[in-house]
Amino acid sequence: MATDIAALRDRAPPLVREIPHTVSPGLWVLAWRRLKSDRVGMVSLVIVAAFIVMMILSGAGLIAGDWNREVGINYAPPSFAEEAAPATPGAGTQGPALTEIAPTTPEYHSNVVDPIGDVIEKLREGGAVQPPAASGAPAAPSTPAAPAAEEKSVDPLADVMADIRAGKSAAAQAKPEERKATLPFGGDKWGRDVLKKTIKGSETSIFVGLAAAAVATFLGTVFGAFAGYYGRWVDDFFNWFYSVFNSIPYLLLILAVAAVLQQKGMLTIILILGLTGWTGVFRLIRAEYLKHKSREYVQAADAIGASNGRRMFIHIFPNISHVVLVQLSILVVGFIKAEVILSFLGFGVPVDVVSWGSMLNEAQNELILGKWWQLVAATIAMATLVTAFSLFTDSLRDALDPKLKGRAGA
Amino acid sequence: MSTTRSGDPLVSVRNLRVSFRLDRQTTFEAVKGITFDIPRNTTVALVGESGSGKSVTSLAMLGLLPPENSIVDPASEIILGGRNLVGLPLGELRKLRGAEISMIFQEPMTSLNPVFTVGWQLEEVLRLHVGMSGRAARKRAVELLREVGIPEPERRIDAYPSQLSGGQQQRVMIAMAIACEPKLLIADEPTTALDVTIQKQILELIGSLQKRHEMSVLFITHDLAVVGEIADYVVVMRNGEIREQGPAKAVFETPKDTYTKALLLCRPQLDRRPTRLPVIDDFIHGTGPQHMEDRRRGVRPSDPIVLDVKNLGKSFFSREGLFGKREFKAVKNVSFQLPKGKTLGLVGESGSGKTTVGLTLMRLHEATTGEAFFEGRDLLSMSPQDFMAYKRRIQIIFQNPYASLNPRFTVGQIVVEPMSIHGIGKSAQERTDMAFELLNKVGLPEVSFYKYPHEFSGGQRQRIAIARCLTMRPDILICDESVSALDVSVQAQVLNLLQDLQDEYKLSYIFISHDLAVVKYISDQVMVMNDGEIVEIANSDDIYRHPKMPYTQRLLSSIPRGWRGERTRAAD
Repeated sequence: MATDIAALRDRAPPLVREIPHTVSPGLWVLAWRRLKSDRVGMVSLVIVAAFIVMMILSGAGLIAGDWNREVGINYAPPSFAEEAAPATPGAGTQGPALTEIAPTTPEYHSNVVDPIGDVIEKLREGGAVQPPAASGAPAAPSTPAAPAAEEKSVDPLADVMADIRAGKSAAAQAKPEERKATLPFGGDKWGRDVLKKTIKGSETSIFVGLAAAAVATFLGTVFGAFAGYYGRWVDDFFNWFYSVFNSIPYLLLILAVAAVLQQKGMLTIILILGLTGWTGVFRLIRAEYLKHKSREYVQAADAIGASNGRRMFIHIFPNISHVVLVQLSILVVGFIKAEVILSFLGFGVPVDVVSWGSMLNEAQNELILGKWWQLVAATIAMATLVTAFSLFTDSLRDALDPKLKGRAGA
Repeated sequence: MSTTRSGDPLVSVRNLRVSFRLDRQTTFEAVKGITFDIPRNTTVALVGESGSGKSVTSLAMLGLLPPENSIVDPASEIILGGRNLVGLPLGELRKLRGAEISMIFQEPMTSLNPVFTVGWQLEEVLRLHVGMSGRAARKRAVELLREVGIPEPERRIDAYPSQLSGGQQQRVMIAMAIACEPKLLIADEPTTALDVTIQKQILELIGSLQKRHEMSVLFITHDLAVVGEIADYVVVMRNGEIREQGPAKAVFETPKDTYTKALLLCRPQLDRRPTRLPVIDDFIHGTGPQHMEDRRRGVRPSDPIVLDVKNLGKSFFSREGLFGKREFKAVKNVSFQLPKGKTLGLVGESGSGKTTVGLTLMRLHEATTGEAFFEGRDLLSMSPQDFMAYKRRIQIIFQNPYASLNPRFTVGQIVVEPMSIHGIGKSAQERTDMAFELLNKVGLPEVSFYKYPHEFSGGQRQRIAIARCLTMRPDILICDESVSALDVSVQAQVLNLLQDLQDEYKLSYIFISHDLAVVKYISDQVMVMNDGEIVEIANSDDIYRHPKMPYTQRLLSSIPRGWRGERTRAAD
């Protein structure tokens, strides 16, 4: 036999090494073709892509890099609702006073409304109320260069305060120009542009969603692959692990991980969501591996001598990759919402980072004053993205559905 | 159909056209304007290979085609009792289904609802269509089960489908189908999933029910041998068209159409063994069958032995209770010798352990006991590292070519992979060259290298699987039902290919199949297995002519012989 083929090879004429061929469409090409003919899928894909481009541009500092600048008067109304804003005085007692006072004393406007507003805000988000800090605060605007060392001894937030103060005065000096009375989509308490905040917030929310979903999907896929492929005690072990994770109420688990990690920040949230969110993916991928490992093509791979790792990741994985992709897509939606919820509850991003969740949190108090635009901006952005992403996920699943593929291939 | 027995036919199909929407632009015409009659009180067989449109035709008659992507041409007519079923509202159709027309499907296991008892499912039919209830329905259900030959029907009526065997499940399906005494029974490949002995019983049951209830049966199958057993009329379909129709005698004895002729001849016959099986192309191209001279088969004691299997045993264990284990012996004490360059046929019904033998020899299952000597070494006891060197020497071709090729790999990747795993060929270029060569060898165009498995038909895929095995230059090839899933004409091509390769490379085959005619054709030696044990092992001609054991005799007598005239025709 061996010599036969060797002999055959020797006497065979030199083979055409590259023969003309048309590239046969693989699964992804076919799926893309199907997706392209799905109108809803394409529209939602464009929306999602637009959000992601926005996120990248904002991350690169090309847009909304100056979201933190106080460009407008405090609670500047949206340009399109200019007339409407003063016409709703009943919404808050300080409402009319604001618009009158603000132009005349732009630097101190926030303190006019609430002299210790920013400190309280700071404290509320910091989670600890310290009376000494509150009492020391009123002096802050008038004495920008207060003895830092002294303050530090009583106020643990003194450093932060100093930073904020420095930043504020720098900003105030850098732009001696008049603050705008209206902004495209209104301004927040400090007159920061809500539109820019929303864009900057999208950066946080989408990035956290994507990265956390990637972490969770990766963990779930790897765990699921091992559990489903090897079975027996490996499966038992991962199932036990999974059950333990699933037996703890989700939010409590997140709070526990947050407490263990001890620090706030995007990385922390990504880790929290990633480490707690893998269970659903795990269960699905495990089932897929269970199903596929006994398929004939995997047995055939065994028969030709392919190793376990090769069978798991080179043979089986491409056949379940569409499940992974759809799971990833579903998780992104879930995690964007989770990030918003966490930030809203105050367990999310730190105060110096804006996210849709922290915007919604701020909007809680603003609503009482009738300042609806921050709420609306964050809600519209989130709703659009989440809806588009969900619709895109549905289309993606349809496009990758092997049952449809069988029918088209017949 | 020229003659009808009692006046008007029961069903007249006139110019039936069915197409499927594939995507927005393209449609595929599955049935291209066919016309035939089903006379009263007869059995009409609709014969054709996959893609011939036979099942689509039967589904159209019941209005069961998926409405979202199928289009029945409104000009088509399916006339039953003076009414055109095409375009009939769904409610009307539903009344007809079960009452006037009923259907039995190929897979009884998936057609019965596993969470209800068979009695409940039978009574449901009676409740819905006849309006029987309670005790009357139950009494009738017991009667029906008795009629279809279920032993102890009073007890079995409370059984769940999983507690019945495959044959009994199909009997229950038949009982449900005849519960309302339909005028027409459509049987869509009702015996394809069953063992030969069961198949024979079911065919006899359908035949006797047809006579007793004076109904008509539309029997859909790919197997002409089965048709010859039961059909009065035969309709041969190919690619959505009727190639030939007429009384069974005429179709079998004097087929006019070349395709029918080819179909009749390309299935292996029990009493002849041509060097090459005729294939459809021989007839279409007008060359006629070639190399029809008989091939000699058999094993002589002097033949060198390549594999010596001794006392092979395989048990599966299932947990029982807290600590208990139950042992199920799938293979018990199997010993045989495989001579070089010969074929050992392994036949048996489902559950006989024949596939387990193959998988155990490949070490895809670990054997419980026994030895398998190959070049003086026991394959079953060596370490996995040592076995790696022998792995490529024994290869396997699986039953289902749709499942055994990784759908995400191109054919090139599939064929090259084993070579890179085993370090055959010096460079990637050399391996690619060899892959092209082997694709040629198995009769596939070189362009196949760049394609995916789903772009090939079943027969072509099986060729790819064969090419994959050949890359490793095996000494032994285990064919596990390798041609069972293929159409008759394609089966002949693949069998010819296997034969050519054996002649060229002196491969030894272990050919596992439930199809006795195919095993008879390809094997030198036949081993009959039942319940994990060897019943009989002998040269294939001997075993078919003079079976010694009662089990073998029963098995052989169950093979559908086809039309009596079929053999006389084939002989001249």
